[in-house]
Amino acid sequence: MAELVAVIASTHHPFYYRASTSVGEDRPPFADEWVSKIETFRETLTRARPDVLVMVGSDHFHQLWLDNMPQFLVGKAPVYDANWYNEEREFGLPKMRLAGQEDLSAYILREGLDAGFDLAFSNELRIDHSITCPIITLRPEADLPIVPIYTNIFAPPLPQPKRFVQLGRTVRDLIESWPSDQRVAVIGTGHLSLELGGPRQFGPHGPDPEFDRKAVEWIGSGDIEGCLAEVTLDSLHRPGNATHGFMDFMLMMGVAGEGKKADHVDSLDLFHTMEAYFTWYPKEVGSL
Amino acid sequence: MSKYLVNKFLYTVDRDPDLVERYRENPRETVQWWETHEAGRLLNCIDAEATTWLALDDAEREALASHDHVTLFEMGAHPFLTLTLFIAMFERDHGPMEYQTAYARAMEHITLPYPDIST
Repeated sequence: MAELVAVIASTHHPFYYRASTSVGEDRPPFADEWVSKIETFRETLTRARPDVLVMVGSDHFHQLWLDNMPQFLVGKAPVYDANWYNEEREFGLPKMRLAGQEDLSAYILREGLDAGFDLAFSNELRIDHSITCPIITLRPEADLPIVPIYTNIFAPPLPQPKRFVQLGRTVRDLIESWPSDQRVAVIGTGHLSLELGGPRQFGPHGPDPEFDRKAVEWIGSGDIEGCLAEVTLDSLHRPGNATHGFMDFMLMMGVAGEGKKADHVDSLDLFHTMEAYFTWYPKEVGSL
Repeated sequence: MSKYLVNKFLYTVDRDPDLVERYRENPRETVQWWETHEAGRLLNCIDAEATTWLALDDAEREALASHDHVTLFEMGAHPFLTLTLFIAMFERDHGPMEYQTAYARAMEHITLPYPDIST
């Protein structure tokens, strides 16, 4: 069977690419610390020596639109083109091209459907920065095949938080039952407190530092029950109007498992959001 | 009222570089043209299969035609779509982050709960 070698949850900050590659007067004062934290984070994936990356993210109204909106969608294609004109325009993100792992996509779709998740699929998916940002930060060579999984954290009505956790648990079960000798890492990205397009956007720090503190504690300690007890679709409006992206972190907590303490926890306060990075190793680090 | 159609305007303009410039320079003309020729376009379908019933109401049309991002927010337009498009149109006229912070300040009077963005 395939081996789950790393579970990684991260924020996906679209400005990292520009901040980390800019020089001279254009380089923001926080860039060096940010790059240092990302390089340490990257090493947590490298040491797990994955063959395949399952990438959990959320399309930001790029390919998926209100005329036909899936709640959970799995890409199944040999290749994924990546990044969109408006991401190049606003964030300076480069166009990318990633190989797909169709066998694992097919397995997750078939077995996921049979496990109670009516997953949508796409055979021609152009992926966006929710998936390319962690490629840039964690695997800039972009040399591993991927299985993209998109969640709807964006266009209500949204699935309940517990469904994200359940999907995470199911994804883990499916990877561990996949008849393959591949080493698989799951990488999912979301947000802590975040406001976009509202009065609390782009403040001196994230819109709700108290929520961020609690969120890092829930994730880092694997406190799924505590998190589910406090987080609802309604409650996520309070920390910031884009905070429903936190549910992708909850999905990753489901992959990691109840009570599983993260092996790597780091964060960085930026001017309008808190960055946060987590890695779990399902097996002892020494056996990697 | 059609939050969906307001969002469709923001979505289809934002993804087209020519339309972003046209909407920046001639907002009223762009909204009028779009509602006449593009509003009913069912994505992925031929023109003959256009949607027959979609229309903006007067307040929505005016908010779009006047680049009024505050009113669009208050109407429940998707804030990510509005922000992304407006940054594309107006960030260039300001210093770093000036536009984004002014955009937030213009909405200081809005408190929780925010308008419902469900469509």
